Amino acid sequence: MSLSVEIQKNLGDFRLDVSFETDDDVTGLLGASGSGKSMTLMCIAGVVKPSSGRIILNGKTLFDAERRIDLAPQQRRIGYLFQNYALFPNMTVRQNILCGLRSAKEGGGGGGGDRDRDRGRDQARDKARDKADRERSLQEIIEVMRLGGLENRRPSQLSGGQQQRVALARILVGNPELLILDEPFSALDSHLRGQLQIETQKLLKGFGKDVVLVTHNRDEAYQLCRKIALLDAGKLTVYKDTKEFFRDPESRAAAFLTGCKNVVDAQKTGDYEVSVPDWGVRFTTERPVGDTLCAIGIRAHFFNPKAIQNRFPVLLSDEIEDPFEYTMLFRYTGQTGESPDIWWKIPKEKRREHFPTEMGVAPENIILLYG
Amino acid sequence: MDWFPLLNSVRIAAISCVIVFFTGIFAAYYAVRLPRALKGVLDVVLTLPLVLPPTVCGYFLIMVFGVQRPLGAFLAQFGIKFVMTWYGGVLAAALVAFPLMYRTARGAFESFDKTLAYSGQTLGLSNTYIFWRIRMPACRQGILAGTVLAFARALGEYGATSMLIGYTPGKTATISTTVYQLWRTNNDGLAFKWVLVNIVISALVLTAVNLLEKREGSEKPKKKVAAP
Repeated sequence: MSLSVEIQKNLGDFRLDVSFETDDDVTGLLGASGSGKSMTLMCIAGVVKPSSGRIILNGKTLFDAERRIDLAPQQRRIGYLFQNYALFPNMTVRQNILCGLRSAKEGGGGGGGDRDRDRGRDQARDKARDKADRERSLQEIIEVMRLGGLENRRPSQLSGGQQQRVALARILVGNPELLILDEPFSALDSHLRGQLQIETQKLLKGFGKDVVLVTHNRDEAYQLCRKIALLDAGKLTVYKDTKEFFRDPESRAAAFLTGCKNVVDAQKTGDYEVSVPDWGVRFTTERPVGDTLCAIGIRAHFFNPKAIQNRFPVLLSDEIEDPFEYTMLFRYTGQTGESPDIWWKIPKEKRREHFPTEMGVAPENIILLYG
Repeated sequence: MDWFPLLNSVRIAAISCVIVFFTGIFAAYYAVRLPRALKGVLDVVLTLPLVLPPTVCGYFLIMVFGVQRPLGAFLAQFGIKFVMTWYGGVLAAALVAFPLMYRTARGAFESFDKTLAYSGQTLGLSNTYIFWRIRMPACRQGILAGTVLAFARALGEYGATSMLIGYTPGKTATISTTVYQLWRTNNDGLAFKWVLVNIVISALVLTAVNLLEKREGSEKPKKKVAAP
């Protein structure tokens, strides 16, 4: 089970150039809006045609520009969950889910758009058995996705969470080879989001095939994805395991997406030392510093007034109270005027009466950035 | 009173409306996917009959289908004649009514949510199924409006019709050409009767449309059964 993608697409000034390979994994596709995430997904699904390249899913070539292979989306067997779920508004929940079964009935493997031709061949007996099969699959998925009692509702009569479950049911009932989830939780409010994320996580584990998930949200990415690919202006800049991605995001864009609040220009001054002119400090690092280093990142939780290393005098400039923690904005005493305040987050119980006069950072918490 | 003009008008309007329904939707469906420049040109050409005086449309039709013309002469060999025949009236009415269907259908298709079609494709539904069972229902309002406008326009067609098929009682006379002919020959009383007939038909069509829309309206508000 694997997906191998290597595609290029030219769209005016924008050029998409993406290549990655997955194996039995949930791959997260991260990137700012306009970075080409959705375009990549639509190319994989076959609703948009790449200019060149290759897409191979589980050993089957879906697209190959050189060999002039371009399977219709109907023949690719890819389950695509759209951001707005794309439920058919004129159909009931039952009819919507049946749409996912319409094609799967004939041999599974290839048959897609040949519904009408197949219909002529079907004998009455086959039809009856077919119908029973479909009805059984339908009832199964309705139970799994907890949609009982909603069969005759229209999409407009469902809540956001129910709509998402219907959309997933409609996709999963056809037993796709690959699942694509385009920002699956963005249309939901935050309360529902957390709950559905846990449900989806379970579901994805049970799916057992490749999943590509697009997201803006770092929690989603961390919880659901084994690997993360970062798209920046149409290019795949980082592709690695999720934990490694969060530990060492490599580029500024990736650091921001992982939620790193403090990113600042830096220069290499030694094998294990960087200088940060904007903050007027020099940090010792745990990892060896590469020659092309251009910035460093420090997460807001990683400052520590008790740390012995990388310790410099600081001044508090502002304080924001969140439900469960404080965000302290501070500056190094040698910091230049234009550079923004530094973020430090601490749990409420750890807050002291007086703001510390000096702040340290453990060397392993300095993230080295190269792009 | 000879009822032929009524029959003729209704059959011309009905047939041309069917023709325009399919050709208009077809043109609109493909126009939406064209590159912008080509779409602009096509748009002008296809909408022209709406802005041109109907007599000019009639003139063009005669220039193309006149028996002296290559195409007209060619068709005449097979006994197909559009000049001075009632089915020439269908041609004239269809030409003039076409832009109304085309433009309203195009507007509806343009506002159609593409992801619905995409998701249909990835689910394995055939493009034909997606077109008739997903796209058309979603664009129902616009297409219904276009059809009604086209039918009304075809029923009231005068200029191009009178140019191409003239007025022959019992052969090509329609309500609108009959009204003009009767008024011209000082038969005001009969002309007025035909005016009334025309008003009745129009009122019937509009009522039917309203009923259709209402029925659709009453299908939807099951919404009130809010999700728990």
